[in-house]
Amino acid sequence: MITWLTIFTAGFLTYATRLFPIITFGKFDIPAQVERALRFVPVSVLTAIFLPELVYINEELRLSLLNPRLLAGLLAIIVAWKTKNVIYTIVIGMVALWTLQFIFNLPMIEIGY
Amino acid sequence: MIGVIPFGMIYGILAIAAGLPPSAAQAMSCIIFAGSSQFVSAQLFGLGVPAIVNIFTIWVINLRHGLYSASIAPYIQKLPTRWKMILTYLLTDEAYAVTILHYQNQDGKQYKHWFYLGAGLTLWTTWQLSTAAGIFLGTTVPASWSLDFTLALIFIALVIPSLKDKASLAAAVTAGFAAVILFSLPLKTGLLAGSLIGIIVGILVEGNS
Repeated sequence: MITWLTIFTAGFLTYATRLFPIITFGKFDIPAQVERALRFVPVSVLTAIFLPELVYINEELRLSLLNPRLLAGLLAIIVAWKTKNVIYTIVIGMVALWTLQFIFNLPMIEIGY
Repeated sequence: MIGVIPFGMIYGILAIAAGLPPSAAQAMSCIIFAGSSQFVSAQLFGLGVPAIVNIFTIWVINLRHGLYSASIAPYIQKLPTRWKMILTYLLTDEAYAVTILHYQNQDGKQYKHWFYLGAGLTLWTTWQLSTAAGIFLGTTVPASWSLDFTLALIFIALVIPSLKDKASLAAAVTAGFAAVILFSLPLKTGLLAGSLIGIIVGILVEGNS
């Protein structure tokens, strides 16, 4: 029940966010301050989501070069910067992660992944 | 456009892995219809955070759609309200990207809203079908494939190319590090706090340059 309430409320808020500027067009101006702040919303929110995904494994901080997610993520950042291509970034990032997980899991390397 | 298919499938797989029932996972694609926020929301459902935190997080992630709306508003202001209601529902990142270019092209063509409608409906259908495919695959994909990592990769692919000036770079870097430092804040609010700090730093850096 609460799941559905969450989905409907979030859906309503998302729709209202998309609708408000369209139906109020010309009635008043968006304050310049708000417009400036909105520009930084996507990059801030998305980075605040993905960076912890790279350095936390099972809720534990792993700032180590033996962390396969961190290494694969750094490689993906370079790929995204050079190619600006979503598919390349995903494919190279996933192949890097699988390769590193395989290497770090070999029996002679005892680091616990 | 092609990028939407794997994105939708991975969302479906992750939503099922997070414990959402198939009907709710598909309903999110219909009712919210905003990929990035659906990914994060599915994760938050999996972690069992309170509904209010989940709702607020989705809303913040989708705030950028208000920007798209403001940008497209002058082009569709003469349309009847029912058109505006439908086009609003279809206003996603991808639909905005193709439609605004079409509107800005000063070729004097009329009926550009039909282009917007067509692009929007195509994206909508693709998103629903790829979500359904992901939900169908969901239970058969083992956790050892680490498919959840694709979320980070998609966001990297979206963010990095858009860091074109000092202010957005500062905003992203601060938001990321703040979110890492504040990771243990209760109810996963570190994500919101980190984002907010990043936005403020972005404004400050822009103001000083």
